[in-house]
This record gives sequence, structure tokens and C-alpha cells, in this order.
Amino acid sequence: MLGGADMSIATKISTKKLDEILQIYDYKKSNLIAILQKVQEEYRYLPEEAMIYIGTKIEGLSPATVLGVATFYAQFSLEPKGKFEIKVCDGTACHVRGSMPVLNAIRQKLNMKEGQLTSENGLFSLETVSCLGACGLAPVVVINEKVYPQMTSDAINIVLDTLLKEEE
Amino acid sequence: MTNTLFIDGKEVEYTDEPNLLEVIRKAGMNVPTFCYRPDLTSFGACRMCVVEVEGRGIQSSCTMPPEPGLKIHLNTEKTRRIRKTVLELLLANHDRSCLTCEKSGDCELQKYSEEYGIKKIRYADKDEYLPIDDTSPSIVRDPNKCILCGACVRACTEFQGHSVLGFVNRGSKTVVEPIRPLGQSDCVNCGQCVAVCPTGALTIKSNIDDVWSRITDPTKRVIAHIAPSVRVALGEMFGLEPGENTIGKIDAALRKIGFDMVFDTNFGADLTIMEEATEFLDRLKTGKNLPLFTSCCPAWIKYIETMHPDMLNHLSSCKSPMSMQSPVLVDLVPKMLGIDRKDLTVVAIMPCTAKKFEALRPEMSQNGVQDTDFVLTTKELGKMIKTAGIDFNALEPEKPDSPFGEYSGAGTIFGASGGVAEAAVRTAYEFATGEILKDVDIKELRGTTNRCRDVEIDIKGTKVVVRVVSTLKEAEKSLKEIKSGKAQFQMLEVMACPGGCINGGGQPTSCNNSKIKAERAAGLYKEDRELSERKSHMNSSVQKLYQEFLEHPNSHKAHELLHTVYTDRLKNSYRNIESV
Repeated sequence: MLGGADMSIATKISTKKLDEILQIYDYKKSNLIAILQKVQEEYRYLPEEAMIYIGTKIEGLSPATVLGVATFYAQFSLEPKGKFEIKVCDGTACHVRGSMPVLNAIRQKLNMKEGQLTSENGLFSLETVSCLGACGLAPVVVINEKVYPQMTSDAINIVLDTLLKEEE
Repeated sequence: MTNTLFIDGKEVEYTDEPNLLEVIRKAGMNVPTFCYRPDLTSFGACRMCVVEVEGRGIQSSCTMPPEPGLKIHLNTEKTRRIRKTVLELLLANHDRSCLTCEKSGDCELQKYSEEYGIKKIRYADKDEYLPIDDTSPSIVRDPNKCILCGACVRACTEFQGHSVLGFVNRGSKTVVEPIRPLGQSDCVNCGQCVAVCPTGALTIKSNIDDVWSRITDPTKRVIAHIAPSVRVALGEMFGLEPGENTIGKIDAALRKIGFDMVFDTNFGADLTIMEEATEFLDRLKTGKNLPLFTSCCPAWIKYIETMHPDMLNHLSSCKSPMSMQSPVLVDLVPKMLGIDRKDLTVVAIMPCTAKKFEALRPEMSQNGVQDTDFVLTTKELGKMIKTAGIDFNALEPEKPDSPFGEYSGAGTIFGASGGVAEAAVRTAYEFATGEILKDVDIKELRGTTNRCRDVEIDIKGTKVVVRVVSTLKEAEKSLKEIKSGKAQFQMLEVMACPGGCINGGGQPTSCNNSKIKAERAAGLYKEDRELSERKSHMNSSVQKLYQEFLEHPNSHKAHELLHTVYTDRLKNSYRNIESV
């Protein structure tokens, strides 16, 4: 079940915007994944209201069905993601080449606990992924679209410092 | 076309069976299954129904279509081993409090674990227990007992088109959940999810203890009334055939349990017809609010209130038979017994889980006291009879108490899809024409498999089309027709459960045999044929009640007691997303 009240405060969704997205995809059930991707692009996550709204507007769907699809795929997030989405590869190659120390360094730097998706200031979100297919560059970190190869604790600290500076 | 295949070396005929499992069952054999339900699509989730097919290896019989000449084996070393492993793995993730489980004794997981000789669970108990959702007045959801067979998800989607329950998350984290706790969700309480659940993950919210405590209380007089469908299903819990009418035994059992008086909801059904037939004829005359929707099914009512509040005007304002019977009893029985209302407890025995919700509706209360104090489902009554140590089959049939126990055949057929419409037509015809309807059997309205049928009725030159639907998915299609202006019918009878109340969520488990619906319905039509009066307005007790108390159908007094109003539930629903 979803959190209900707490989460509804997080984001005010625009039904107008959602209708625009639904319109592009013809309000069709078979386009649900594409619709959710667009919504996630808009809000950086899938707000509860948005999922309920989509579930009531598309014929043959219900809010629970939309939630089912949204929670099935790892690409969808039910919590707001940060401006910078950090993905630490923890596939076999990256793991043996030290992805865990890199992950811990990021957590320490951004003051994030294990299991925490987004930093307090909403700037960074952090998750591990299974394999990015760049094993030759292990360990790999991807921030938004940019690939950072052969990371170490020191190297990732420099990267994060740069990003933090840009934000100031 | 008839083909043949071989099951364990025996040549077996088949025709249009959709899968091997149906062929196996038709041949009088069986394999275990959790997820296969003949009225739902095949899902192939549980892997219990595996069979060995020569040349094809292990196959799940619920998903494999039959082919001519196939040689299949049901009980081999391999299938036994696989089924046993499946059971062990399911049990590894299953709450092990079997003894105290609501479903104990009626649980398929328990049954097959016993049959397959599971003496020990090799895996450690699960380390995380999820909270139980008991927010609904009708249904309790215990995710720790769910085996993810998906039967409930399919029932909610394929019967009701409502999909309140869905799979959430993936892999080992998968759970079946509503988007809000059931009590705060759109769930219409039909209980079809409970009816198809093989384990104790979805059960009926029990009121057994409430009723026992009233029976035990010497200051309370406890009375009951029994819905039509209960009488043709309860016997199944005591080894009797589906459709066998046990109303006499039920009346006797209730008195043995300690009920002071026993009435019949069929009397209330006759009252419903008096009011609803009159209302229908009025609407036909004025042409307003047509088609008229029947209002006996509490799941259907909640569905309209939540999903289509703009169509509430179509609903008949008549309360359901239960909610007509109870206030009449509440008004008149205390006078008969010389007691206060507060010392009377009214228990309704229903095939339905949604009736528990209906009883709680503020419209079904007077001065803040519910007219129906408690609703027991057929299953709950069966359990109480067992608790009381009553040998049900040996009971001498008894008669209900008078005067609110008499009923016509029209009242009794309320339990089957099409029955409410047929009862209404029998009375409306005579009210409208003043003539006697000679052939009261309107067979075109009957049926438990065809979920939508239109029947044209000729009321002396006036042609009226009555549509009968069961399941809310079918009802939704009719609502769309009305909204688009294409609807050609003047009355819409809706029952949310497939086949009607005889297949309600509170009935004894029957999800593995789709023929039981027809057998129960046949039991009701048999009683209808055998009763001396078959039209609601010919029920002499009903006539007397109008003469002495209610005056005439749709009178002021009748409106006060027997009619209701509906609520727009969309307004306050989470579905109603504020536009920003």
C-alpha cells in the first residue's frame, strides 16, 4: 500500500500536464510504460496521485494495476529522485574491483544512510545497479547520463565536490 | 468434435475443454491446484497441477490445451516430487499458525500438505511478518498467508472489472495489495476474492463471537432472518448436494443454537417487490430515471456510488430485502414480545460479505441503532452449527415464525441472477393490467452462465425490455450504453457475483466447480414451483402488513421504513484527484 497522506504533500501534480501526456499516448493501456516514463521525467518520480489519476483515466486499468507496473520495473521510483541520479554499478566485475568502497564514500560524503534513496537537500539520489555493461571500465559510476570509469573513493569525492561547487 | 487422449493409459474423450486439467476432471480424475479456477483465466502460477506428457516432459495441465492422442500421466514419481517441492517452498514463506487460522479445515494448502505427506518444513520460518489488514467490515487480508496464486486479482479484474487488488513489487518481494487498506479502498466487499482464495490470505470478517455473546446474554432476545441463497448452499458444509433446500433444517438449527425467533428474508424480498414494482410502473408512466436499476446488491450500490455517482438517480430507492425485513422486525417484534428495542438483536444470515457493509450504512439505522445488528454469512452459520454440536442432517425440519416468515416463490428466486427481475415482472404485470399472469415462469430471464441477457416482456401491449447482468464488469458495459444513449432497456437487474447471490462471497467454497451455481439456482426455482403462492403481492402476510401498518406501496410510512437514499462516494474518494 502507498503511504497516502504523507506522500500527497510531497508534490502537487498537475492534472493538465498528465492529460497532455495521456493525450500523446492516446489514453491507451498498452502505452502505460511510456506514459509512466514521461510522468517520471516530469516529476523525477511517480507521485501517488499521478498513478491514481492514470489508473482512473485509462480504460481497463485501475490505480492498483498502475501501482503494480510502477513497482515491477526498477526504472520507476515512487520516491522523489535527486537532481543528480547516481548509479553505482555493482555487477560482478565492478564488485570485485571495489564498487562497495566507492558506494560507502558517496554515502559518507553526502551524509546518506543505507537504503536512503535521496539526500536531505534533494540534490542527489543514490542506487546500485546490477550491470551497466561497461565491465572493462570497472568500477563504474553513472551520474545522470555521464559515465565515470575506474572510480576510487578519492576520485568520486573529487567528482562530487565539482558537482556541489556547480550548485553553489 | 470429439477427440481422444490417454490419461494413465485410459482412453478419454474430450470436446471443447480448454485445457488438460478440465479433461482430467471430466474423466473423473483430479490433480491438485491452487491457482486454477474454472471461471477465471488460466494463470499457471502455482505449478501444482503438473502432469507428465509423453514426449513433452512436465507440463502444467491448467495451461496446456488437449491434443488428440496425447499420453499423459498424473501420478508419477516425478510429478509427486515436484508437487511436494512446490508445497515445501510455499510453506517456507507461509504463516504457520494453522490451528488458529480462520480457513483451517477449508484450506487447500493445508489439505494438499496433508495429502502429500509434508511432515516437516525444511526451511526456517520467514523472518518478517506483514501487518494484517482488517479495516474492511467484510474481508480480512493476511498477506502472510498469501501464496501469490493471483486468483483474487483475477476475480477482482475479470468478474468486477474493478482491480482493487493487484500485484505489487517483484520477485521475492511481491505481495497482493489494494492501493489503500481495504476499508478505505474502492473495494465493494463482494467477497469473490475470498471465494477463490485457496488459503487464509483472504477470509470473511467474522461476526460469530458477537452473535454468540448476544445469544448468551439472558437480557437479549435474538432473532434471525435467512436469505434465499443460504438454504440451497449451507447443506454443502454437511455433505449434502448443492441445491438441496435445507431451510427447514436451518430454522431448526437456529432455534437449537438459541435464537428466539426465526424469520425469512424472502418475506423482505416480497416487500421489496411490492415497492419496486410500483416504483418501476411509476417511472414507466413518467418516463423519468429510466432504466431503473435494481438495488438489492450492496456491492453494486457501492460501485455506482463510487464510480458513477451521476447515475444514482437510476437506482431504485428500495432498500434490499435484508434492510426491509430488519426495520419491520425492529418495529413490530418488540411489541409482539413486549420488550424494548435495545433488548432485541437482529441477525441476518446472508450469502454475502457485502451485506456486512450494508448493515453499517447510516441509512439502515434508526435513532443511531442499526436495524440489522449483525450479518452472518452462510459459512459463519455453518461454523456455529458445528460449534453447537448439532447433527444438521438429522434435524427435523421446522417452520419459520409467523408472520414475517411466510413467503412467495417470487421471494425465493431473488437469490439467482434474473430472479429479482422475474419477481418484479410477475407483480408489475398484474399491478399494471389488473389481470392474472397465467404463466409465471419467465425462463428467458434465468441462467447462471450467460452474464448479460435482454428479455422483452409484453405488458398487455406495452413492450418493456428487462436486462439482467451479473458481475460488475458486465454492469459497467450496460452503464456505458446508457451514457452513450444506446440503451434499449427499461430495467437493469445487477448482481455483482457471477450467477447471483447463490454464488456470493459468503457461500461455502465452490470455486473448483462451476456447475454448483446452476445446481443452487435450480434448488431455488424448485422451491418456487412448489410454493402455493408465486407472486409477491399474493403473500398474505405481506398483504396484511400493508393493511395494518404500511397502507400501500410507496406510502409515506413505506418510504420511511423501506426506502433509502444514496451517497456520492467519489467526492471523498482518493480517486477524486484535485485538478491543479
